[in-house]
Amino acid sequence: MQDFFSQFFSPELALTLSYLFKIILIVVPVMISVAYLTYFERRVIGFMQSRIGPNRVGYFGLLQPIADALKLMFKEIVLPSKSNNFLFFLAPLLSIAPALAAWAVIPFNYEMVLADINAGLLYVLAMTSIAVYGVIIAGWASNSKYAFLGSLRSAAQIVSYEIAMGFTLVGVLMCANSLNLGDIVIAQEGGISQWYCWPLFPLFVIYFISAVAETNRAPFDVAEGESEIVAGFHVEYSGMAFALFFLAEYANMILVSILAVIMFLGGWLSPVSFIPDGIFWLIIKVAFVLFCFLWLRATFPRYRYDQIMRLGWKVFIPLTLVWIIFVGAMMQTSYAGYFH
Amino acid sequence: MRKLVSNISKSLSLYELLKGMKLTLSYFFAKKVTIQYPEQKTPQSPRFRGLHALRRYPNGEERCIACKLCEAVCPAMAITIESELREDNSRRTTRYDIDLTKCIFCGFCEESCPVDSIVETRIFEYHGEERGDLLYTKDMLLDVGKKYEKQIAKDRQQEAKYR
Repeated sequence: MQDFFSQFFSPELALTLSYLFKIILIVVPVMISVAYLTYFERRVIGFMQSRIGPNRVGYFGLLQPIADALKLMFKEIVLPSKSNNFLFFLAPLLSIAPALAAWAVIPFNYEMVLADINAGLLYVLAMTSIAVYGVIIAGWASNSKYAFLGSLRSAAQIVSYEIAMGFTLVGVLMCANSLNLGDIVIAQEGGISQWYCWPLFPLFVIYFISAVAETNRAPFDVAEGESEIVAGFHVEYSGMAFALFFLAEYANMILVSILAVIMFLGGWLSPVSFIPDGIFWLIIKVAFVLFCFLWLRATFPRYRYDQIMRLGWKVFIPLTLVWIIFVGAMMQTSYAGYFH
Repeated sequence: MRKLVSNISKSLSLYELLKGMKLTLSYFFAKKVTIQYPEQKTPQSPRFRGLHALRRYPNGEERCIACKLCEAVCPAMAITIESELREDNSRRTTRYDIDLTKCIFCGFCEESCPVDSIVETRIFEYHGEERGDLLYTKDMLLDVGKKYEKQIAKDRQQEAKYR
């Protein structure tokens, strides 16, 4: 890519252009998958409720997300009186920017990664942690009690579950001996039995549940809680400002799913030896994890707020610690091979 | 003690959560109940209470004798009737208005009518585009009755034995 651009431009400009091109190559498919995730969600939840879901706009309703996006673009952005305008517009940017920035280190294949850095996992964790500021600032700047309550709930929830999520990833680090996401996937080579979801099964389950809580999805969506606090932190947002929160939520969902796949389900690796590895395996696995997200939403009622906190602090954190110690102990025995 | 162990193992294995997810998954593959409205429609009862109509006898004579029972019974006061003696000394309405924006489609007018003149048809897909479009006058109601007389008569006959 760089060679192609250096035919026409100076080397520095060629480098910048090639990176820009790669960024577009990642962001555009992410945005398209976000749009179609909303469609997928409405169809899946509809099916689970014996309904059909949107099927009118275009074939099978496939143009529905486009129609929704156009509608949101033409809507007015209402400014609440006495809100802090600067913070009010900063908040959606703060939630969408990290959700997209984290994609820089995601490996899609052996060679397909924008930034192949050694602290990839730490970078992802740092980026997803920044997202909580978008929520807090949105709730604060809106000057509305519902938004404020929603942002407090959401902030506490994201911070609590980040700990359990971080601990589950420590287990993966111990097995893979690397923070580089590509190396973690390569460490799982050798078919379905080598994936980390088997030796680290409890951590995998806890990671998945924490990921649902981390992205404020049902059944952990008390931050939105439409029956109590209308829409939570984004109650005062409309038009594209609201759409940015929406995009960020779904981009985060895809991000944590792709992380789950990379950490526990062998990324782009094929489960069986007779089918080659490839990015399509990554897409299939991510689609399955996302389906589980929607499946959870269609099945469970919303948790009570104190139950969420109890589950995070009193169940997940001790459980993950115990399993990490167990894995560490097993690595000192003759069974160590099973954990690498 | 044994109960405690079984409770803990149940909640740690997510037994009940998985059971719930199995149920929703079975519905994922189940037959969908949605009626796709303009193409598919739900079956209608012969007693369906939709748009009103005024009927005539087969010889063309209006059924309505301006007894005003429907006007009296109407709980929404949607019916307005004025009457006069005709040249042959029979009483007939000169005005019979139903304000469909007031009407609650209870069917009392139909029940109270001694000559089966005012009826409610199966038509429910009608609309008005301007203020006043839903104020149905005598002529409009008679037109509805003329147009759908076959269906109206059939429905009445079918239900006659239950009245």
